[in-house]
Amino acid sequence: MQWRPELSRRHFLGVSAAATLGLMGAPLRAQTGPKRGGHFRLGVGGGATTDTLDPANWKPFMTSYGHALHGYLTEVGADGVLRGEVAESWEASPDAKIWTFKLRAGLEFHNGKSLSAEDVIASLNHHRGEGSKSAAKAILASVVDIRADGPDVVVVELATGNADFPYLLDDYHLPMMPAKDGLADTSGVGLGGYVLEMTDFGVKASATRFANYWKPNAAWFDSIEVLAIHDATARTNALLTGQIHAMDRADLKTIHMLERNQGIEITSIAGTQHYTMPMLVDQAPYSNKDLRLALKYGIDRQQFLDTILRGYGQIGNDHPISPAMRYAAKDLPQRAYDPDRAKFHFEKAGLSGTKLSLSTAEAAFPGAVDAAVLYQQNLAAAGIEIDVLREPNDGYWDNVWTKKPWCTAFWSGRATEDWMFSQVYASGTEWNDTRWGNERFDELLLKARAELDENLRGEMYAEMQGIVHEDGGVVVPVFANYVGAMSRKIGHGTIGTSWALDGYRSTERWWFAEEA
Amino acid sequence: MKNLINLILWKVALGVLTLFAVSLIIFTGVQMLPGDFATEILGQAATAEAVAAIRESLGLDLPAHQRYFAWVGDLLTGDFGTAFSSGRDVAELIGPRLWNTVFLAGLTAMIAVPVALALGLICAVYRDSWFDRAVNFVTLASISFPEFFVAYVLMLWLAVNAGLLPVLSDVDINSTLSERIYLSILPALTLTLGVLAHMVRMTKISLVSLLENEYIETARLKGNSELRVLARHALPNAWAPVANVVALNLAYLITGVVVVEAVFVYPGMGQLMVDAVQVRDIPVVQSCALIFAVAYVLVNLAADVISTATNPRLLHPK
Amino acid sequence: MTTLLLPRRRRLPFRLTPSAALGVAIILFYAVLAVFAPQLAPYGEAEIVGSQFELWSEAFPLGTDNLGRDVLSRLIYGARNTIGITLTATFLAFVIGTGFGLWAAGKGGAVDRFLSTAVNVFMSIPLLIFALLLLALFGTSLVSLVVIVALLEATRVYRVVRAVAMNVMVSDYVEVARVRGEGLLWILWSEVLPNIRISLFAELGLRFCFIFLLISGLSFLGLGIQPPAADWGSMVKEYSALIAYGDITPLLPAGAIATLSISVNLVVDWLVRSRTQR
Repeated sequence: MQWRPELSRRHFLGVSAAATLGLMGAPLRAQTGPKRGGHFRLGVGGGATTDTLDPANWKPFMTSYGHALHGYLTEVGADGVLRGEVAESWEASPDAKIWTFKLRAGLEFHNGKSLSAEDVIASLNHHRGEGSKSAAKAILASVVDIRADGPDVVVVELATGNADFPYLLDDYHLPMMPAKDGLADTSGVGLGGYVLEMTDFGVKASATRFANYWKPNAAWFDSIEVLAIHDATARTNALLTGQIHAMDRADLKTIHMLERNQGIEITSIAGTQHYTMPMLVDQAPYSNKDLRLALKYGIDRQQFLDTILRGYGQIGNDHPISPAMRYAAKDLPQRAYDPDRAKFHFEKAGLSGTKLSLSTAEAAFPGAVDAAVLYQQNLAAAGIEIDVLREPNDGYWDNVWTKKPWCTAFWSGRATEDWMFSQVYASGTEWNDTRWGNERFDELLLKARAELDENLRGEMYAEMQGIVHEDGGVVVPVFANYVGAMSRKIGHGTIGTSWALDGYRSTERWWFAEEA
Repeated sequence: MKNLINLILWKVALGVLTLFAVSLIIFTGVQMLPGDFATEILGQAATAEAVAAIRESLGLDLPAHQRYFAWVGDLLTGDFGTAFSSGRDVAELIGPRLWNTVFLAGLTAMIAVPVALALGLICAVYRDSWFDRAVNFVTLASISFPEFFVAYVLMLWLAVNAGLLPVLSDVDINSTLSERIYLSILPALTLTLGVLAHMVRMTKISLVSLLENEYIETARLKGNSELRVLARHALPNAWAPVANVVALNLAYLITGVVVVEAVFVYPGMGQLMVDAVQVRDIPVVQSCALIFAVAYVLVNLAADVISTATNPRLLHPK
Repeated sequence: MTTLLLPRRRRLPFRLTPSAALGVAIILFYAVLAVFAPQLAPYGEAEIVGSQFELWSEAFPLGTDNLGRDVLSRLIYGARNTIGITLTATFLAFVIGTGFGLWAAGKGGAVDRFLSTAVNVFMSIPLLIFALLLLALFGTSLVSLVVIVALLEATRVYRVVRAVAMNVMVSDYVEVARVRGEGLLWILWSEVLPNIRISLFAELGLRFCFIFLLISGLSFLGLGIQPPAADWGSMVKEYSALIAYGDITPLLPAGAIATLSISVNLVVDWLVRSRTQR
């Protein structure tokens, strides 16, 4: 099976950014063509002194900066189409088990080393194997073997067929690094458009343009700088005063005021990120399906979307598949806020008078505490009383999530249905944060993964979404957009939707339309 | 003089004891926090296997006391250890940040201490005047506002509206001294407002209480001007309490400026320590805590020496 | 403060200065708000009554917050929560700090050395980090908040009390009492404590402000009053992002904290002066 770009899924994560940009009502300026030059400063709402150049544990700060330094085997383009980047083309065996990647010729690392198959192998193996400390280990878990077939061909063998494999290689943990004695060199030497200049983690990192960069029409800036600005107000002020040219994570609390600023363009990306309220279904009373339904009917999703997200998102339907994804179940009825039904199920569960506790913290997602308070009021209208327990931000993921019976959380989502379901919803997987399991669901999951017929596959995924929607242990109120902002001095094309900041490739794709 | 030297030696000995106790408390404390470096760095992405791999590679699977004494042993040879997260030498990691913290504290002290002493002095001399009341009011208001609030207001006025100063204070090793000062003015002003009230009030109160003393009364009756009375008779006796309050605030400027660092993106020690605590990077946490404790002990030692040296009653106890 | 004048006990003067009167008036005003919050507030504490960030209007005299709750009502309820917690914590901090401070000064020797070293150890650990550690030990309930704040601040009170009390312990009248054969407890209670009141009052004024700030600081760590209860400190934080756009809403809770702190200090100043002046 030859994999050609035009065959790839156009609808992959596909809501276009342009649609949401028009929403701001700001006049769209006439875009001049891209041009070179300038020093681009990007403010990122993350970053800590504990950041590291090693992609095994990249957090948002390094992810933004790392994409300036590094190249990936594949790239999801701004148009949502999967292309080869370091890999020029690839082929799969008919059972999608063996993937052969042909590397682009003449690529050069920043240290002058030419790219060869051993570099790719070392870069991928960096995340694999017994002693792997990588957060990306799960992504490559199905890989059985990686081997070279000549200097510019890499063959990857999977345990089970996976038609989506090339998509996984765009994951931000998997940049190409030069091999040194068979191991990946994690010192920041890459194939990307910019060469590491200085890093001061927790504060900033800078890079200058790579003279021998292979892409002719990319990496327009002379130099770039990524700054870690945690405080949303400081980030906004820095943008307003021109000290940075773009930022991620705009403060939704005050976004209505930022929208009024003529010099600022707000970017809103509908991706797969969703906010959740998982319950441990192996514990009473959450083991009771009627209680779960009561809680699902008891949340006012529209109010959540309007108040917490200020409209920057979409309503969820108690399953993790975003409406933008390929196999989203379009026919599954949208669950609406219905206090009477919530009350009915709550009483049917025989829990009248019981008080539940919802654990939350801002660490779960921005606005999580407020969201819990809203939810508390929604449920009160249905006669269901809950306590909102604010937990410490510190250690939230270790101490509260998957430990407390009901809490708030988020998932950045996964590129494919199979990936999301098999990591979080299949029975007994490590990340199953509700401990929910369903035989029919597990059976469908295996069948769908191997199914090549798109329609049959779609039907199976739709049924699975229905099962989670009805029986699952999670309330999914909304899908949250990635909302950022940039100065109108910055020029850009269509903005990619796979991640925030133009698929984290803003340093490569944007340019100065006006003098900074 | 002999008393003073004894005092210093005694305080240094106590200081070393303090440092040891601090390191033990911090180590135990971080140990008791939920999670360890492996689970915190992986966060939501933690799998049992990756956690185990990290633990093993960092020796986190060893018993706690063993790790603690290994760390103390290394420290005694001058080795602060290696940061879990970056694998870098802790001393190398802390060095530039320590200098930044000291610089900001110094800049703030250079603004705040003279202003506080002068205001306290004026308010003591002209107590109950409109000036005294105004100073009282403004300084009290300024400490009742949380630091981030003061920071935002100054940012809005001086940076966003007036465009005089930068919003971000991201100094780095390449910054020249003048750049450094320019970038650090906003955080320094914010901190000044935070420590001013305490110093002004304590200076004023100790001066005023001295001015009520009988020997001051006598000096006044001799026909000396109020200012002269103050400078000749009250001030020398006021050094002890003033030195104490200045010391306390200096210690605060070094150890407690996390919020200001975060708002202005100032690369100081506070943020480093908070980040390290968050991922339970114990060598970094320990080293930061130790440096903070050393700063605290030194500043207090200085205050004690000044108090004792300027007060004969303490210098020669009966 | 080691050389503060230490007069014998005298009766309270009854005449308030104008500034002290203003202070008392404001404190009383907040006290009434705190006690009668449910009767005075136009809406419930957590009730969502309008849309987000509504402007000031007849229905909502100070507008609404980011969830559509009435800001005025939250300020009134905030008075109740904030003042209640701050007062309790301040009281506890003073009881603990003064108790240990007096004990150390009275006993001297090993007791004093031990306590002072322990306090120094605690004070040399940055407040925020220490709070985090204590948080892990005590959990996140309201009781633990008050206890943690009181313990942290008690170390500061201890320092002041011990320093001042040491001076009193070497004074002639304590000497006289000793010769009379009075017990240590009696001396501390009847001779030392009355004579350090001034310094205690002076300390109280500022300590009250610092405790306010510490509580609002701790609410960032997730330790603090549980939502949806209102407290001024977290309200300042919630609204603070609006400052960047020149909105004055954040000034309301901050102003409430400031006026209360200033009032407390006006009264404290008057107390201090009415005892030091002859």
